[in-house]
Amino acid sequence: MIVDLLGWIVLLVSIALVCTGAFCSMVGGLGLVRLPDFYARLHSGGITDTAGAGLILFGLMVYSGFNLATLKLMVILVFFLITSPSACHALARSAMDHGVKPEVDEATVGES
Amino acid sequence: MLELREMIWAGVLVGVAISVLVTLSLAFFRAQMGPTVFDRILALNMFGTKTVLLICVIAFWSGRTDFLDLALLFSLMSFIGMVAVLRFTTVGNFKGDQLP
Repeated sequence: MIVDLLGWIVLLVSIALVCTGAFCSMVGGLGLVRLPDFYARLHSGGITDTAGAGLILFGLMVYSGFNLATLKLMVILVFFLITSPSACHALARSAMDHGVKPEVDEATVGES
Repeated sequence: MLELREMIWAGVLVGVAISVLVTLSLAFFRAQMGPTVFDRILALNMFGTKTVLLICVIAFWSGRTDFLDLALLFSLMSFIGMVAVLRFTTVGNFKGDQLP
């Protein structure tokens, strides 16, 4: 009975993690379409790469327990956490080198 | 009781897969509508990430966790492809011996 209760707790925790990850992923996709500037869109894409992917993979890891699938998911997660910020950094640097200007509000430039 | 748990888990995974597919379609929309080439590269990067997530979710939904090898391979391939495209837009060719 106590093992069954533990299974339900694991199920609820993994469902919460996976649903939060799906929500972050959808919000990032919506921001990728709706935001007005390239750098703002880059920020939104970074959210989906870290929060969405990390939470979904972590939820799958929690459900799976200790086996080979968890090891593979951990390898994928570590790879994401290394490559995604570096990819965003390279993309922003390349865009800045090519002269993509960020949109600034002209009325608030000199105030800060 | 175990079957009920697996049914709930399968339903949640179907919902997650549908939301990841919605995100994929939004990224595809941005890749088609993007004003600069960097928007398209960003949408391509997000496309690769979401495809890896979709493969992982489908692997757990169908119970065949061998698919995770495909997900790992796809993430490697997506990262290398994006770096190659960035290098092409920076340098202009794939030789890489004339950095500005």
